[in-house]
Amino acid sequence: MSAATATDACPRVSRRFRLQWEEAQNAWVLLYPEGMVKLNQSAGEIMRRCDGSRTVSAIVADLEQAFGASGLADDVAKFLELARAQQWIET
Amino acid sequence: MSAANLAPQPGPPLWLLAELTYRCPLHCAFCYNPVDFATSGPELSTDDWLRVLREARAAGSVQCGFSGGEPMLRDDLELLVAEAHRLGFYTNLLTSGVGLTAERAAALKAAGLDHIQLSFQDSTRELNDFLSHTRTFDLKQRVAALIKDNGWPMVMNCVIHRLNIDYIDRIIEMAVELGAEYLELANSQYYSWALLNRDQLLPTREQLERAERITNEYREKYGDRIRIFFVVPDYHEKRPKKCMNGWGNVFLTVTPDGTALPCHTAKMLPGLAFPNVREMGVREIWYESEGFNRYRGDGWMKEPCRTCPEKEKDLGGCRCQAYMLAGDPAAADPVCDKSPAHGVVVEALARAESGVGRSAPLVFRDPAASRRLAEGAG
Repeated sequence: MSAATATDACPRVSRRFRLQWEEAQNAWVLLYPEGMVKLNQSAGEIMRRCDGSRTVSAIVADLEQAFGASGLADDVAKFLELARAQQWIET
Repeated sequence: MSAANLAPQPGPPLWLLAELTYRCPLHCAFCYNPVDFATSGPELSTDDWLRVLREARAAGSVQCGFSGGEPMLRDDLELLVAEAHRLGFYTNLLTSGVGLTAERAAALKAAGLDHIQLSFQDSTRELNDFLSHTRTFDLKQRVAALIKDNGWPMVMNCVIHRLNIDYIDRIIEMAVELGAEYLELANSQYYSWALLNRDQLLPTREQLERAERITNEYREKYGDRIRIFFVVPDYHEKRPKKCMNGWGNVFLTVTPDGTALPCHTAKMLPGLAFPNVREMGVREIWYESEGFNRYRGDGWMKEPCRTCPEKEKDLGGCRCQAYMLAGDPAAADPVCDKSPAHGVVVEALARAESGVGRSAPLVFRDPAASRRLAEGAG
């Protein structure tokens, strides 16, 4: 498990990107110089919680509560790995 | 056109390119501004631009590029950036750095500017001295320092062509030395001024392959320290580019006089009226105007595109290139080797290989040349 997905890590959106809700696209997007990544719903819900103060465990707990689900830890960890590889988040 | 051929409702104009002015202190021989730019009507006022920003944002635009000409020549740039930022745009400034003083950089930062793309261009006509020209280097160094000091990502762009491609190693070294995090090596595309100068600017295949090899070596060497994008020149390809990611699909360009276009150069296309933001709102322009609807989808395609299995991949290439090289904006882009007019591209490449025409004087972009060329065309 990498630094970004250790359960006590507090990931935050990288300074290289800006996370923003776009009404016209009904989606969270990541904006960067001359570009944009449109996030799907689950990616958006995870990313919006990466505020640098919440731990990965807290993010998982919050998502499970918000969506009435359980066992999301693996999916969240997988996404955070990808997000870190893309430099969307930093810890 | 049958109902089956109608394009589905397009998405929003995600990218707004605001070409604030055609005025420019530079004279680049590869400029994509129209050759007749000097005969363009009066520039939009500050209030016009503020309205365009609001309308575009309401229609779903999210990336906003301030370009030109040299956008620093507009003294309302800070005001426009501030409004774009307030509206929630991600704001990009595309500049040569000429006119970007510490004071204006600070004002742009305060206005919320997100990003500056600094281009390498020589401010002189001595193109061959491009890399050794100390004035240029001093300017870029000063501006690069301002970009760093203000916490902007450091993005550099250099147009590549026959006259500088053999120095690509020095261009990359210069970008590294200036602290660039991103470097775009954009091979010249042959429109407008670059088309006039094609014999002098189009590189040979050997030059191109060497440049790509060297670029890859530098990618290995520097890794994450600098991300290098190498935009290949489409003439050397077998298939055309998916121009603007599709006509009227993502991009909305507003020219200095307020003409709304699906790309920077579309105004050249015959028989097609493009709306002006002074007379029509952005939403109506994007969804309703004939100019934006004409080449959406694939209902307009002719053979060989119409039945081509790859048509969704490149959408037939570039409409302007089809017009310039095949005389018909609805033809296949002649870059494609399936195009009946592909021979025109083959011939241009053969001329590059033989070097014929390379010693002709370059036509530099300036208002006097522009007026002369506009008269000649008229």
